[in-house]
Amino acid sequence: MSQPAFTFPRPLGQLIEHLPAWPPSFAFTRILNLALRQVIRRRDLQALYGKRISIHVTDAGLHLHFTVLPTGFSAAAGNVEADLAISASAYDFYLLAMRREDPDTLFFNRRLVVEGDTELGLVAKNTLDAIEHPMLELERIFPRHLLARMKARLWV
Amino acid sequence: MSLELVCPAGNLPALKAAVDNGADCVYFGFRNSTNARAFAGLNFDSETAKQGIRYARERGCKVLLALNTFPQTAQWHIWRQAVDDAVELGVDALILADLGLMRYASRTYPNLRLHLSVQGSATNYEAINFYHEHFGIQRAVLPRVLSLAQVENVVKHTPVEIELFGFGGLCVMVEGRCILSSYATGESPNTAGVCSPAKAVRWQQTPKGLESRLNGVLLDRYGADENAGYPTLCKGRFEVEDETYYALEEPTSLNTLALIPDMLRMGISAIKIEGRQRSPIYVEQVTRVWRAAIDAAKRDAAYYAVTPDWMAQLGKLSEGQQHTLGAYYRPWK
Repeated sequence: MSQPAFTFPRPLGQLIEHLPAWPPSFAFTRILNLALRQVIRRRDLQALYGKRISIHVTDAGLHLHFTVLPTGFSAAAGNVEADLAISASAYDFYLLAMRREDPDTLFFNRRLVVEGDTELGLVAKNTLDAIEHPMLELERIFPRHLLARMKARLWV
Repeated sequence: MSLELVCPAGNLPALKAAVDNGADCVYFGFRNSTNARAFAGLNFDSETAKQGIRYARERGCKVLLALNTFPQTAQWHIWRQAVDDAVELGVDALILADLGLMRYASRTYPNLRLHLSVQGSATNYEAINFYHEHFGIQRAVLPRVLSLAQVENVVKHTPVEIELFGFGGLCVMVEGRCILSSYATGESPNTAGVCSPAKAVRWQQTPKGLESRLNGVLLDRYGADENAGYPTLCKGRFEVEDETYYALEEPTSLNTLALIPDMLRMGISAIKIEGRQRSPIYVEQVTRVWRAAIDAAKRDAAYYAVTPDWMAQLGKLSEGQQHTLGAYYRPWK
């Protein structure tokens, strides 16, 4: 079984594990809405509407909980069992988001764990795969890029 | 006709990845049960199909449509409509398995190029020639059950082009006839277009390991260091006479890079890569390796050698991370 090239520092992960999950869930859903709203056709996600999804970044101790609504992604409390739970390391989530690694490959290697409603997982995977560009174009949400966009607006 | 590379496309980015990395043909399916990868969110609607066909054409790549499931009487019109839609879209060929559909396609569109799907399960040249005489099929995809010597014998006795599977997940090899999935779920690839429908699959971490279940039936339990496989009955571990093991088939992938020079010599027309259910990055990586390998073999078959780098790249992508030459390598045959 191959190991990821980067692992989140353990003490930091343990610390984050004890922090409240709602603020990062909220921030995460804002990023998802920014990154995906333009590129996903609403009807493709219909099967996920109202479902509770949890993402566990194992090495970072980070738990993200959200639901998918017709209006977009919305943060949720983590005290109810998720319909779909996805776990992987920070590095492997990065590889998936950047389309550097195939989810099935990571799944065979036991680096990606999907529990709960498998069909929801498949809908999510296939919908993300069908997007023409990687899910997170990091440059678009880098502060430098955001500042450049703001500056450009000021100059006009 | 020289060894074409035929690559899978479950969506538009995968199709583009195949084209950009050197596929000679791509194959895809519609978003319904007319093809054997009818998974939620996968496959093409008419708009993405149009875009994909245009993208491939502009870059000299052919586009094949898989209509490789068997219509039920009540839904015959869905399959017939799919044939009509494919003609309207202008695909280069249809990959068909069902006799009735083949008759409809060949009578309605005499100029339409037809390929016999692996699901048609034709393993001898008499069967293939029958399809050729009656429906004018121009290519047959051989089931993964024949040794290379048997394949060569087929090639020698038919005017039909022969396509072989080169890489990807193996199935239990009763192609076109397997209903194991129906046994547990009521749906199987040949009728509903899906093996182990996702709605019936559950993965669960337990103290004993990661368990996969199909409609409640325990398929496998993986220890922490074991690679997982697809949750299909044929690849489950079962208790048989007090022993728990892969009673039907081990989760493993076909990898025939080593056989490319033989395929060239025998006059095989095309190599098929399995995996429409996989992501664009899989298609990109596999297509790149196979393009390099086929080109190397065509340049100089005598000095062709599989590189460790190719094997490492393909090995990483394999189910169970094991690969095999499958039935092709049976020296005793």
